[in-house]
Amino acid sequence: MKSVSLLEFKHYRYFKVSAFLMMVAIVAYSLDKPEPEPFGGTVLGYILGIAAALIVVFLLLYGVRKRLTPRIHASNKKNGLESSSQRATSTRATSHQNEGRYGGFTLQGWLSSHVYLGGTLIVLATLHTGFQFGLNVHTLSYLLMMLVIFSGFYGTYVYLYLPRLVTENMGGDTLESILLKIKDFDRFAEKRALQFSDEIIELVALSRQKTRIGGNFFQQLGGRQKNCPTSLAVQKLQGLGKGYSDDKLKSFHDLYAIMAHKETAVARARKDVKYKARLDFWLYFHAPLSIAFLVALVAHITAILFYW
Amino acid sequence: MTENFKIAIIGAGPAGISAATHAAELGLSHVLLESSPYPANTIRKYQKGKLVMAEPAILPLRSAVTFAAGAREHVLAAWEKNLQQHHVNLRVGAQVVQISGTQGQFEIKLSTGQVISAEFVVLAIGLQGNIHKLGVPGQDLPTVQYQLDDPLAFEGETIVVVGGGDAGVENALALAQQNRVFLLNRGEEFTRCNEGNLQLLQTAIREGRIEPRVNASVKQVEAINERGFSLSLVVKTTEGKENILCHRVVARLGASPPRKLVESFGVEFPHADIMSVPKLSSQYESNVPGLYIVGALAGYPLIKQALNHGFEVIEYILGHEVELADESLLKAKLAPFLPSYSVDKGLASIQRRVPLLSGLTTLQLREFLLESEVFAPTPDEVIFNLNDYSNSFFSILYGEFAVYTEDNDGKEISFLLKEGNFFGEMGLLSGRRRTATVKSAGHGVLIETPRRSMLKLINSVDSVRRTLDEISLRRVVQACLAGSLKEDELDYLVHNATVRRYDAGQVLFNQGDKADGLYLIRRGSVMIVRMNEGKEEVLAYLPAGNYVGEKALISDTPRSATVRAAVATEVILLETSVVTEMLARNNTMRDIVVTRYRQHILADQKINFKAQPDDLFNFLMQQGVGEATDILLIDYSLCIRCNHCEIACADTHGGTSRLNRAAGPTHANIHIPTSCRHCEHPHCMKDCPPNAIHRSVNGEVFITDSCIGCGNCEKNCPYDVIQMATIDPNHEQRSLLQVLFGSFARKSQKTVSDVDAPKKAVKCDMCKDISSGPVCVRLCPTGAALRVGPESLSMTMRSNQPS
Ligand SMILES: Cc1cc2nc3c(=O)[nH]c(=O)nc-3n(C[C@H](O)[C@H](O)[C@H](O)COP(=O)(O)OP(=O)(O)OC[C@H]3O[C@@H](n4cnc5c(N)ncnc54)[C@H](O)[C@@H]3O)c2cc1C
Ligand code: HEM
Ligand code: HEM
Ligand code: SF4
Ligand code: SF4
Repeated sequence: MKSVSLLEFKHYRYFKVSAFLMMVAIVAYSLDKPEPEPFGGTVLGYILGIAAALIVVFLLLYGVRKRLTPRIHASNKKNGLESSSQRATSTRATSHQNEGRYGGFTLQGWLSSHVYLGGTLIVLATLHTGFQFGLNVHTLSYLLMMLVIFSGFYGTYVYLYLPRLVTENMGGDTLESILLKIKDFDRFAEKRALQFSDEIIELVALSRQKTRIGGNFFQQLGGRQKNCPTSLAVQKLQGLGKGYSDDKLKSFHDLYAIMAHKETAVARARKDVKYKARLDFWLYFHAPLSIAFLVALVAHITAILFYW
Repeated sequence: MTENFKIAIIGAGPAGISAATHAAELGLSHVLLESSPYPANTIRKYQKGKLVMAEPAILPLRSAVTFAAGAREHVLAAWEKNLQQHHVNLRVGAQVVQISGTQGQFEIKLSTGQVISAEFVVLAIGLQGNIHKLGVPGQDLPTVQYQLDDPLAFEGETIVVVGGGDAGVENALALAQQNRVFLLNRGEEFTRCNEGNLQLLQTAIREGRIEPRVNASVKQVEAINERGFSLSLVVKTTEGKENILCHRVVARLGASPPRKLVESFGVEFPHADIMSVPKLSSQYESNVPGLYIVGALAGYPLIKQALNHGFEVIEYILGHEVELADESLLKAKLAPFLPSYSVDKGLASIQRRVPLLSGLTTLQLREFLLESEVFAPTPDEVIFNLNDYSNSFFSILYGEFAVYTEDNDGKEISFLLKEGNFFGEMGLLSGRRRTATVKSAGHGVLIETPRRSMLKLINSVDSVRRTLDEISLRRVVQACLAGSLKEDELDYLVHNATVRRYDAGQVLFNQGDKADGLYLIRRGSVMIVRMNEGKEEVLAYLPAGNYVGEKALISDTPRSATVRAAVATEVILLETSVVTEMLARNNTMRDIVVTRYRQHILADQKINFKAQPDDLFNFLMQQGVGEATDILLIDYSLCIRCNHCEIACADTHGGTSRLNRAAGPTHANIHIPTSCRHCEHPHCMKDCPPNAIHRSVNGEVFITDSCIGCGNCEKNCPYDVIQMATIDPNHEQRSLLQVLFGSFARKSQKTVSDVDAPKKAVKCDMCKDISSGPVCVRLCPTGAALRVGPESLSMTMRSNQPS
């Protein structure tokens, strides 16, 4: 029941492939003594450049692969069981099919190769340039590539690190169930508050109206609210319990407990939103940047072919 | 004075309406008695706008009543018109509570006390049962209701919910969102609702959202107009009488299945099982002469069948011969194999050839054949393969069939089955993979019967039940113990075996008990647990086909562990004396059991070194993993909550995801999303009128296009994985550009929002039509989603030691 992470996939298959690729590139580069100096236009330069570009194409295909879901067509639907008989399928489709079914591609495998092969670009492309940088479209494409790669590293890191925290924070709950609970707390607290002073009623009402979970992009990532009315209410309530009779005091403590529970629930919900935003937002850089990089790369290659 | 009629038809569902209309058409003296205020109560209770389907499409309709697939409203309107046109003598609000007398002079008593007499009775009360009412004055006031369609339709009212079962508690919780709610329970505690509802209820009570009254019963309801309230309730509790003012009473007291009532009329059911249907003659006459039973109550779950019955039963009562509506279908089915015969002769010849079917009435046999397929496999054709997951049943009409299987040592054995024999009962009864390969040997003819029809037969025809029970006992004993048993030894064991059934969680025997025998598991699965330092340790999990209890038996010591049923389980118990005698007589069997004994001891030793993560195991068992053949689990330490599994599923399956990733329980890092477990004995199949739910050879449980959208399966699935969804016909193949730049909902469940569009049941089919396998697993970017079956379960348990 234990799954392997995308880094460990198939006993580090793509790590091995990538390490091998980089080693070959480094060895070739150090053996190569081109005149006048190493740069993109030498034989090895071309080889490395083309290899890098091929890898880039493969990396971009990940986005396509991810979205290509197979469809069930009327023609391959084994559904028309006019009679109840399943003989038509049972005669030729044997149970061995079952084992074969799990053998093909998995998106995890694609992502594993994506991550490792993407990493090799740092070596391949850098060696390709022969460390010749300048203020031009070539170097622009190189920089964009590095941005894509490092955003990718970051993404891989959050993918591996955050899921456990999300689970820890949520336990058996879902965001929806917590929001429902918060709604319940609100309703119950408002009912309880009615017997107390206007100040308390106001605190509770504000907490219901103004407590924000989520919000815009930065608020989601921040995971907190400045002067959160719920925290405020809990804080202020601490000082307001004086002078009540026993019965009323018990009621007051109930109210306080409800608000304190709500505060915890709100914090958990915000944390969940925050984690999910962190799992998401980097991809909003990674994916568009990869397209920008693609454009720059095409410009680089075109420029080379026409002006060199 | 009692009224007198020739024919009294009880229940104005499709069957009753059809019968009464035909009687009226013929000018017979008749009465149609209906308990609810309207005819066709069952159909009236379908959801608004539901498309009523006219399945089975191939069955011709013969009735004085019109019927074609259409919206519920149209169908009902057409029937009412039919009733009026033919001047049917319909009495609504006439609930029959008692029938006495015999043919010629039946006395029919209504709940109002009125008595009606009739020469013949046609019973067509369906299967919905009678809803229990409060049974006190005021129970029929308009704001006293026994059903709740939309809890959100009420706001700001004071509502008293009566009944502490699941229905009552669920209603109370839903109503409490916008209303003040009292919940009345007859007992001291809410023991009749499930764990989830109980927890929600307790929270709601603690927070004051629901005000409970326990040990409470309603004594009286009265319409008032006081301080804005419209009802006044007198409630009796242990503390005395209380008066509650409210706007509405919702009473959820359950319904009594019609069976008890029908039995009180003198009608016999052959078996206690709920699948059992009353024994009827070929003319729908029950064991009470003059009392006929038709429609759903007679075991025919669809409207068209009910309508045909209605017509036919009137003809029979008049002593006419009718060619049944299914005659031409049967003829077409049998003609290729019994060409020169009439259908009647053909049926008789089938019963002669196949002894198993000889105990069926003609009616049962017709139904059996209609639902079955008769076919002639080519020589050497494979009927099914070892390890297939199919569960239909085969009877041999002609020819010979070869069975290939393995004995306990993995040696191949094969034998021939001849005309009149049957096979496939093991898959049917255990719900597991086929235990043999069967091929046709020469030119033969087979009858293939689907699981549901076979189960219905087993529970309705005693001889079929007995024969299959004995055969299956023999095969289980043989499979568990030794292929090498001699016939007489097998006879001896089978003769002395007893079958025992256990519910999930029930104990077969306890650690420290004296050994009472050998337990062969024939259905379900068990777990073996041992107390260690005050903590329960799960030692093993054993599915059907294994046995437990040999250790204490061989070493003559007390039980070394407790064995508990993981799911509903059936075992065959061979008592100690029988087994010891057998072991003394048969050396092969002794060897096999002793080898097994040694293996267990050695395995135990190993287990002692590593503690099992028991709460995880228990968690999985509770979630139905024990009865699953393939369950989707998500490793939450890898899952990035991207919902791509759902998106991919929706995209593959017409826009509706069949799994809900976020829902479902989590334990440690294992999350079980709401998604089909493909149960060994799928609960969803239990009550599907058109028999639209099937299991494919690879084990996937899936729903075919013949679904009529009744929602029974949605209710029957204990894991809540079936949804009723509108099928989006526009969800078509997209181009690559659309794939890349089309909008992509993050959560694509319930994309179609037209509430009144016809809905069908949808569930996970494990992507059986996609050669590359389930997309949820395959398209998970991080590999967090995985599927496991029972075989891999015990192994994966071991590899999942806490680190
Ligand atoms: C939600 C749902 C959807 C369905 N959809 C379809 C579909 O699309 N197509 C299809 O073919 N089938 C469908 N079915 C099945 C279909 O409803 C039944 O097959 C059919 O109603 C059976 O007809 P019947 O006349 O035997 O019984 P019923 O229709 O159940 O009629 C029995 C009548 O008897 C009355 N009655 C009960 N007890 C008494 C009593 N003691 N005294 C007097 N009267 C009494 C009841 O009030 C009721 O009106 C569906 C079933 C359900 C539950
Ligand atoms: C990932 C892909 C690539 C990156 C990031 C990349 C980046 C660069 C950079 C930064 C330079 C140095 C520019 C300079 O000297 O100022 C360079 C030079 C060069 N590149 Fe690429 N390149 C890539 C692919 C390719 C490909 C596919 C080709 C050939 C078809 C190619 C051909 C060249 C050539 C000929 C030069 C030398 C140009 C010069 O020195 O003026 N590159 N590349
Ligand atoms: C030039 C290099 C790269 C390109 C062009 C590239 C391109 C892409 C594209 C097109 C996607 C698909 C986005 C989507 O469809 O949602 C993607 C996703 C991703 N990439 Fe890259 N990538 C590159 C390098 C890297 C590197 C080096 C890493 C990690 C070390 C990485 C990690 C990821 C991850 C984790 C995802 C998200 C997968 C998902 O959520 O489905 N990428 N990348
Ligand atoms: S739908 Fe429910 S009952 Fe049917 S097989 Fe799936 S999990 Fe089991
Ligand atoms: S599949 Fe479900 S909804 Fe459809 S007809 Fe069968 S039981 Fe009813």
